[in-house]
Amino acid sequence: MATTPTSTPMPKTNRIGLTVLDYRGGKTTLCAGCGHNAISERIIDAFYEMGVKPERVIKPSGIGCSSKSPAYFMSRSHSFNAVHGRMPSVATGAILANHKLLALGVSGDGDTASIGIGQFVHLMRRNLPLIYVIEDNGVYGLTKGQFSATADLGSKLKSGVSNDLPPIDTCALAIELGATFVGRSFSGDKKQLLAMLKAAIAHRGTVMLDVVSPCVTFNDHEGSTKSYKYMKDHEEPLQDINLIPAFEEIDVEYDPGTTVDVTMHDGSHLRLRKLEEDYDPTNKINAVRRLLEAHERNEVLTGVFYLNSQAPTFIDMLNITDESLATLPDSVVRPGREVLDEVMEQLR
Amino acid sequence: MATTDVALREASGRSGQKHVVNDLSIQVATVNGSGSQSSNTVLLRSIFQMGIPVSGKNLFPSNIAGLPTWYTIRANKDGYIARKKEIDFLVAMNPETAQEDVKSLAAGAVVVYDEPLNLRALRDDLIFYAVPYDKLVAPVCPEAKLRKLVRNMIYVGVVAKLLGIEMAEVEKAIRKQFAKKVKAANLNLAAVEAGFHHATATLPKQDPYFVERSDQTAGKIIIDGNSAAALGSMFAGVTVVTWYPITPSSSLVETLIDYMKEYRIGPDGKASFAIVQAEDELAAIGMVLGAGWAGARAMTATAGPGISLMSEFAGLSYYAEVPGVVWDIQRVGPSTGLPTRTSQGDILSTAFLSHGDTKHILLIPSSVEECFTMATDAFNLAEHFQTLVFVMSDLDLGMNNWMSDPFRYPDTPIKRGKVLSKKDLDRLGGFARYKDVDGDGIGYRTLPGTDHPAAAYFARGSGHNENSQYSERPDDFERNMERLNRKFETARSFVPRPEIIENGKSNQVGIIAYGTSHWAILEARDQLRKEYNLEADYLRLKAFPFTRDVHEFIERHERIYVVEQNRDAQMLSLLKLDVRADLVTRLRSIAHIHGLPLDARSVTDELTSMEGK
Ligand SMILES: Cc1ncc(C[n+]2csc(CCOP(=O)(O)OP(=O)(O)O)c2C)c(N)n1
Ligand code: SF4
Ligand SMILES: [Mg+2]
Repeated sequence: MATTPTSTPMPKTNRIGLTVLDYRGGKTTLCAGCGHNAISERIIDAFYEMGVKPERVIKPSGIGCSSKSPAYFMSRSHSFNAVHGRMPSVATGAILANHKLLALGVSGDGDTASIGIGQFVHLMRRNLPLIYVIEDNGVYGLTKGQFSATADLGSKLKSGVSNDLPPIDTCALAIELGATFVGRSFSGDKKQLLAMLKAAIAHRGTVMLDVVSPCVTFNDHEGSTKSYKYMKDHEEPLQDINLIPAFEEIDVEYDPGTTVDVTMHDGSHLRLRKLEEDYDPTNKINAVRRLLEAHERNEVLTGVFYLNSQAPTFIDMLNITDESLATLPDSVVRPGREVLDEVMEQLR
Repeated sequence: MATTDVALREASGRSGQKHVVNDLSIQVATVNGSGSQSSNTVLLRSIFQMGIPVSGKNLFPSNIAGLPTWYTIRANKDGYIARKKEIDFLVAMNPETAQEDVKSLAAGAVVVYDEPLNLRALRDDLIFYAVPYDKLVAPVCPEAKLRKLVRNMIYVGVVAKLLGIEMAEVEKAIRKQFAKKVKAANLNLAAVEAGFHHATATLPKQDPYFVERSDQTAGKIIIDGNSAAALGSMFAGVTVVTWYPITPSSSLVETLIDYMKEYRIGPDGKASFAIVQAEDELAAIGMVLGAGWAGARAMTATAGPGISLMSEFAGLSYYAEVPGVVWDIQRVGPSTGLPTRTSQGDILSTAFLSHGDTKHILLIPSSVEECFTMATDAFNLAEHFQTLVFVMSDLDLGMNNWMSDPFRYPDTPIKRGKVLSKKDLDRLGGFARYKDVDGDGIGYRTLPGTDHPAAAYFARGSGHNENSQYSERPDDFERNMERLNRKFETARSFVPRPEIIENGKSNQVGIIAYGTSHWAILEARDQLRKEYNLEADYLRLKAFPFTRDVHEFIERHERIYVVEQNRDAQMLSLLKLDVRADLVTRLRSIAHIHGLPLDARSVTDELTSMEGK
């Protein structure tokens, strides 16, 4: 018997024909309302909208609530939940092995700024092609709320204990050390975070995004400087950010007087409409100065602080062959008999 | 320095000897940073070129310049190349140690010394030859600032004359040493000749030692273990190398860099490898794991302190099942210990490196040839078993020059283990990463980047089930740990089997040793037979876990002496954990911890005293 087809609407797909569901992960086990969950959502949107094949992506992470989150997005991408503070080295090895992969490293403020600061620092120096996201809540969520090294001076734990040590500004550090795309965002700022993640995907080199991500269980109270409320009151965006992907080249007019247009590595355009008069995201020294000023003024500056889309990456510096090292044929990785004969002759 | 033990030398009484041919040890005492390394290499090579089995051992300080260094050359017609405990021929160049060096010699030994040191006055039972180095060096080296370096070449000429080393061979060795630097070669040759002429004119032969041409080194090569390991790794197809400098492992990677630049750059000028000097050993091993996970043949080289730092990652490799190769060029610990002296002190800690129930495959090379072949074995095993493989070399093997037959081109194909491709996944539809499909404990893995929607899995150090999903279920955990054990048991029949030397006469005494101790054992067995009429069978371990042969060897012998270069009988402890309970009492320890390469005499003496001889 013939049936009349009922018209179920086709699910929306991206430019490679995948639906947003193809970018989802397992069900989150983080606390309801945790900032990290919102970041996972934006990651899903960004990779979906940019039409990145999930199979090309790797998700290395360290240890912490934040570092667990790769389990909750993009199940079709390989993940490596490594050891505490050492995601940078694992990511580095993986990218050396296969530089065609697109790496999204996820870390926490404890994972990065305390135990992992050594690896973080050296990773930034290398400009390895990698997106490094710090899900920054100012505390160690997974070990139940101790201060981390990004906690602001004077911020208070739930117990009332006050932090006496100055915070490490991971963005200032990253800029100084050589990362080529550095910004800060807020898990609650959907539009900005999404645009920055999309720009990160379009960049080649080290992207360091510090995303303030409130821990609702241990650091969302009065006296915390990483709470939803504090962020609402103190977030100071530098720019209005828009990423126009290369495959979407629509000529939206922009005013060069108020907007900086940056052509990204993949041909996308990053449009930064300045909210602050003469902020130049290509000037390293001013970027660091502006970040230090923000601390003085108790404002949480967000936006793209620094961008250099021309710098050679670690892969360029190492002059690695175009193919992935992982799958080079034996004939390439094992020199011939004559080479051994030659070396043996020299040793006689 | 007590590189010799006076008490032990009395037995060797040399009086009445006339002609000792191709059987001597030469010790050169200098100051490090004085260019003596070139002189010693020339001396070593000259003897080698004359066809006499030879070995050279550098006993050097942890310092760049100005501290005492000793270099021992042993020439031996019977092919013994272990360090010889007794010093026959001392070249005393270092005023600071000269007195002690001379005092520690046995009667009858020979001393070539710098004339102003007037060492002759110290003893009347030695043979002395005085050489006025400063006087001799001035005319051959007009440039005063080069004299310090050239001066040491003079003793090469003196020793050559006294022992009968052919000058043509010395010249050949010099030309090789200075390769393209013709001027330097000529200058050094002139210094050698000055020494030679001085000896000819003023030093009549009084000692019994001679070097005579032989044919025992034809076709052989000279190489250090680290260079051999580097070569082996290149031919094993290594693609990612990470490291953090530490003696005695640095030269492994530095040599590898040279070889790779020479032979692994493609026609397009691009590298088929990445070598990264990491910020520390934690990063070095982390990179190895990241690269191994992503499918590269990745390795690092380090020594004890680095191994300690790698411990957490070693556990991750074991549990998340990620391949990689770590070369441990062992030096003396604990802590910084004696960083330029040799040891086998990392066996136990490396076998179980990391917390929880973790254990690792160890390969133990004894020779430069095995450094070469085990590089390929290590990668094949690491990828087959999806875990770290540690190659336990040591400073003596890694940094000293050894004679060897030329290395054979690897006939084993590069084996990448159980890796599923897109095609496999098309056929299978999916896979369970940690499922024991084949009953050998080894699951199938996929590489990141595999273009299939079911390719991805979640690698993690936290509890997981067969599908690599997070799990805290007791049964999942237990099952997984038991599978890992099964995998380790499988490894027993894949690791290199031991070398066993038995004469089939059901001897009661057996020796178990490994690594560089091998060379002392070979010689000690001959000493035991000749001097004590004691026939000792011998098993040389090449790997952990132990193969069946090891248990059977222990079953066949009443008393087993486990010889090793550490205090706590580390290998013996591993054996105890592995053998049948009633066999444990058969194991006895002969342990050496002084940091000098093991010598045969020490083994013989200790074994015979334990045997009540
Ligand atoms: C070597 C080591 N030390 C300590 C720990 C315990 N630990 C687990 S997570 C964590 C802190 C995580 O903090 P952060 O990176 O800020 O992540 P969050 O949970 O806040 O997202 C610590 C100290 C560990 N896993 N490993
Ligand atoms: S403890 Fe804090 S960081 Fe961890 S999941 Fe809960 S809210 Fe998020
Ligand atoms: Mg945190």
